[in-house]
Amino acid sequence: MKPFVVEKAQLGDLIDALSKEYEVFGPAQTDKGYYDWQRLDGDRLPEFNNGVTKSSIKTFFFPQPEVLFEFKARANEPDAFRLKEPQCDSATTLLFGVRPCDARSVTLNSMPYANDPYFQKRVSDTVIIGLLCSEGCSTCFCKWIGGSPTGKEGMDVAAIELDDVFFLEPISEKGQQILENVAPVRSPLEKEHEAAEHFLEKAKAQEGTQDTASTLRSKELMHLYEAGFWKQVSEPCINCGTCTFLCPTCYCFDIQDETLRGKGRRIRYWDSCMFPLFTQHASGHNPRGDKLKRVRNRFMHKLKYFPDRFGPVSCVGCGRCVRDCPVNIDIRQVLRTMLEL
Amino acid sequence: MSSLNEKITKQIQATAKSMLDSGKVAAFLGYTKGTLPGTMQPFVARNAEEAQRLCWNSFCVLNLANYLPALLKSLEPPRKRGEPPPEGPLPRVGVLATGCWSRNMVVQIQENQIERDRVVIVGISSRGMVSRRKVEEFVGFQDITSIDEQENSLVVKGNGFEEVINRWDVIRDNCKTCIHPDPVIYDELIGGLSGDRKIPDRFRQVEEIESLTVDQRWEWFQKEISSCIRCYACRNACPLCYCPTCFVDDSRPQWVGKSIDEVDTSLFHILRAYHCAGRCTDCGSCESVCPMGIRMRLLTKKLQKDVFELYGFEPGLDLDTPLPLSTYKMDDPEDFIITDIKKGDQK
Repeated sequence: MKPFVVEKAQLGDLIDALSKEYEVFGPAQTDKGYYDWQRLDGDRLPEFNNGVTKSSIKTFFFPQPEVLFEFKARANEPDAFRLKEPQCDSATTLLFGVRPCDARSVTLNSMPYANDPYFQKRVSDTVIIGLLCSEGCSTCFCKWIGGSPTGKEGMDVAAIELDDVFFLEPISEKGQQILENVAPVRSPLEKEHEAAEHFLEKAKAQEGTQDTASTLRSKELMHLYEAGFWKQVSEPCINCGTCTFLCPTCYCFDIQDETLRGKGRRIRYWDSCMFPLFTQHASGHNPRGDKLKRVRNRFMHKLKYFPDRFGPVSCVGCGRCVRDCPVNIDIRQVLRTMLEL
Repeated sequence: MSSLNEKITKQIQATAKSMLDSGKVAAFLGYTKGTLPGTMQPFVARNAEEAQRLCWNSFCVLNLANYLPALLKSLEPPRKRGEPPPEGPLPRVGVLATGCWSRNMVVQIQENQIERDRVVIVGISSRGMVSRRKVEEFVGFQDITSIDEQENSLVVKGNGFEEVINRWDVIRDNCKTCIHPDPVIYDELIGGLSGDRKIPDRFRQVEEIESLTVDQRWEWFQKEISSCIRCYACRNACPLCYCPTCFVDDSRPQWVGKSIDEVDTSLFHILRAYHCAGRCTDCGSCESVCPMGIRMRLLTKKLQKDVFELYGFEPGLDLDTPLPLSTYKMDDPEDFIITDIKKGDQK
């Protein structure tokens, strides 16, 4: 598809133009200091060059909470307990500057959520303008697990940051249409084409050949189920939800009916396999009652059970769990250990 | 590595080794190096070889007392519910303790969560721990590839930058206002004691918020917790939080809603803080582990101030003074209780 460019000086105009049709979000500094997804407009521009944002883009696809349906909860009212579709916010979302790891997470999450109308609607209502990486961070490892700093999976448009412009390559029909109909973009000059090519070649040259995912797939990992290293890995764990809640490919949820003053709704909200309650049975029995079992399950789910069912490893290598784990449990170390054993 | 940290590390390793070798303890709880600059990992050494992995620096931010009850229990021989413990002493744990960690151990002993004779406390006077977030902020949240701690500075390097940061500038807020850096109970001591510190304005952060109007305070609180993702890292990093079922996990009745509705998040933070009243030692674990940078420690600091003003009490300073909120005295202050007489006064 035909690429475009936008001058950096005109980025504000582009965001403004896109804001007419979309709620535009991008990485920007928060009042807490770190970079996270923020609502953008012509005056609030995205800020890049800081690796991945604090939160992953799953916050846009798995809202906290997702209202599944609503109902009247007083028996004497007409239509009592009849399920109604939730009122959906009509605006569509455009995410500007999504890194390849985050964009790829949408593809991976679409596998278990293939038949989930809520997730699928949000995916189809969202435009992802990706931003390819020129270099990795100290915590990211997308190359290990089937991704790439220049991967375009899951994107509608793939952007490359050059000196004065962003080079915009449409990936999907949706992306193509948006770029064709938005004013502050133009066709790239010959030298901009060359610079984009150069960017990709340079990034490719830096890419290693380490493909941990394939090696892992070829191993019989169930032999490691009872391995001793899980005790060492899980010993410092405090069983918080930081890893799972910041992870772009952790999608587990719980469901609850909330009723208040005659109105009821069923909500779906984030749950974490790190919490004891996640697997607690009504009888009181808990099949994953201690933290070793929970920590093992998190890694085994990502690296064994998910690939068994869907193919790829359920991790995009963004490194958020590595960066923010309060006790420094590092999935890269776990991967290495699993390969060595 | 600073020579001071190197010295302490060697002493910790030697102490742990000798305790493990002699069978005085079955496990030694300390810290080992993390995989990222500015991170340390809580670590349990169970033999002399593992003791060599113990390490010390200014990034030991999670209160080790947190691990003690479960670790002690894991060392007991397995037995059925209701069965009495075996005769003779149970296996002991060696544990490092700074001022606040040791004070939390005192609270744990007072609240019957651990037994004094099952812990061998190795005291270290704290020079204050560094806030990794403050370091990140200092370098504009650029990717940090190495942090080298010197005696009084940190050399922070990343792709295309190198900064030398004064250590005290990036010390955690709780450590900056700490007046009890020395361990209050210990069986062995590493390094010397440094004595209580005098900090005239140690409640300044709280007083600033107290000086706001009710609406402004509410606004401050809402803004502070707006980024909460309900991961419960603050709760789980706290040595005071040991309830078998936390109030947020109760389902019959369900006290708190489950999603990040602001009412539910507010309720969680307020209740969590109140559960720590008169028990919190301001160790700063909660704030250090929060992935979203919420300063929830200011809530418990306010309660610490209230308890200090009302009861003249600071938690965990000695084993003999009972905790004020689990004790009744005839002359307990009750100015905050709205009585008929008080209502009459106001008319």
